[in-house]
Amino acid sequence: MADKETQQPEELPVVFLHRPPSFILPFGDHLRSQFHVLDPYESPEPYDSFLARHAPSIRALMTMGPTLVSAEFLDRLPILELIVATSAGLDHIDLPACRSRGIVVTNASPAFAEDVADCAVGLLIDVLRRISAADRFVRGRMWPVKETYPLGFKLGGKRVGIVGLGSIGSEVAKRLSAFGCTIAYTSRNKKQSVPFPFYANVRDLAANSDVLVLCCALTKETYHLVNKDVMVALGKEGVIINVGRGLLINEKELVQCLVGGEIGGAGLDVYENEPNVPKELFGLDNVVLSPHSAGGTPEGFEAVLQLTVGNLRAFFSNKPLVSVVSNE
Amino acid sequence: MSEYLENQLENRFNLFKLWNHSSPKPDFLKTHSSSIKAVVGNTKIGADANMIDSLPNLEIVASYSVGLDKIDLGKCKEKGIKVTNTPDVLTDDVADLGIGLALAVLRKICVCDRFVRSGDWINGDFALASKFSGKSVGIVGLGRIGSAIAKRAEAFNCSISYHSRSKKPNTNYKYYSNIVDLAADCQILFVACALTEETHHIINRKVIDALGPKGILINIGRGAHVDEPELVSALLEGRLGGAGLDVYENEPNVPEQLFSLGNIVVVPHVGSDTEETSKAMADLVISNLEAHFKCKPLLTPVL
Repeated sequence: MADKETQQPEELPVVFLHRPPSFILPFGDHLRSQFHVLDPYESPEPYDSFLARHAPSIRALMTMGPTLVSAEFLDRLPILELIVATSAGLDHIDLPACRSRGIVVTNASPAFAEDVADCAVGLLIDVLRRISAADRFVRGRMWPVKETYPLGFKLGGKRVGIVGLGSIGSEVAKRLSAFGCTIAYTSRNKKQSVPFPFYANVRDLAANSDVLVLCCALTKETYHLVNKDVMVALGKEGVIINVGRGLLINEKELVQCLVGGEIGGAGLDVYENEPNVPKELFGLDNVVLSPHSAGGTPEGFEAVLQLTVGNLRAFFSNKPLVSVVSNE
Repeated sequence: MSEYLENQLENRFNLFKLWNHSSPKPDFLKTHSSSIKAVVGNTKIGADANMIDSLPNLEIVASYSVGLDKIDLGKCKEKGIKVTNTPDVLTDDVADLGIGLALAVLRKICVCDRFVRSGDWINGDFALASKFSGKSVGIVGLGRIGSAIAKRAEAFNCSISYHSRSKKPNTNYKYYSNIVDLAADCQILFVACALTEETHHIINRKVIDALGPKGILINIGRGAHVDEPELVSALLEGRLGGAGLDVYENEPNVPEQLFSLGNIVVVPHVGSDTEETSKAMADLVISNLEAHFKCKPLLTPVL
């Protein structure tokens, strides 16, 4: 379908679309009505020459999906000032390289926060109350045969430790408080305006929690933050929910702990080597698995569109950006 | 029956397990009927008119359930037999399961789990699900469980409306005297009322059609609240968006036509089935029986 352009696109502000060849969010028409979108995969020109030819006009770049933004790539965009990410996590972007070049980065975390928090709570209730396993039991026609189904565990009164109390973690806290859970958290720094107890490290948080919910950013510091030591501290009835990034957990040790009964269960939306998921987990009823879909609702994508367009418009009209990531 | 409850009962009382006497039940009753003073039942079996009539010295029916639909309350009242249930302790669990089912249906959690376990993820990304936060929630029956569902749904920024016999004085939730209007105005409808003659099949074709092809029905009440053949045909014909079901008209039988659908979640009547709550319910049954036999006030009397 050919776009009919009512305005001369070259009169609009230039936005470079940085995406994998196979992946595009359905933002195109909306973006093109407001910006001059440069998409190298829509041009017959080879990628390198397309980029080199347009680089002198590219002040803003939008990333779609986990496309790498390396220091070498940034070297090819000498006047770049803004990177607008359509994801919550920014582990695909070299943040120190952005900082040293004075490039500002925005993320889409606020737009995803409700959906990801909903997914975290849904996974937690599912693990504790065995909903997916119970659904398999009923569909497998086992109810009339076995009569009783194993008891689950109560959510109310559980001590929930949130790892990363940003926009997503705060939404998780708000929801689980209504279920009668007590909340504590760990993050880089203690938050001043938050009533929940703060733990300086994840091991101490785990030792004082029944449930760990991972919703922090993946950085050098948080890589394999949850290892066997943390899981043993969480304990044999403890549950881990991961809606952050697969690499926040040492997956090999997680599998060992689940198979060996060192922890009670897990609800996982993310994995170390997606879309590959450790097959040892497939036979476990105390595990619920989802395919990195925590942010995947039409309403969520609409919110991402609004937020990213809002950031771009603010940038081109010299107004404050909507969701700047602190990059110190 | 809960193993813990059985052990606690055996430690304190002379316990007959009726299910061990199912074939020669009349003989059993003939021998022991005059010595039995208390009956303990649950959601599946209680004390019907026949049983009550066959136990001349029955003093109390202590049910390991909140629902009383398996007990002939009229008969108990007439004969001066006391009845207790286990309210409150299971409220949170049932409400948690209700929200869990709604999240599972909308966010397709069980379908996601099947997708990953089957290895299909390698072949491509999963289709989008629907958002839960911010949806309009309708609740049928704003008692303990209905109120607990409302409190939880509010934390997801859902707007709350309800239908019940009468408007509740202490709430700002929007009241609908007509359940069809409630169903037409909400996106997720929770059934959380008691099963009575008036609420039998309260979810009928009209209500289902008012909820519509994008609406979600969650039943954590009783199977007989829903006209099940109507629900099944609405789901098969796409007239209803989805359903999360804990209870059925003819348990443990679940309509098999549903098993191929991805927009439903079916669990085997586990509303209050947690380790923590089962123990609390069993303790409450025991406390009621002990209070009765020590001539002290009952903890959770119905009659």
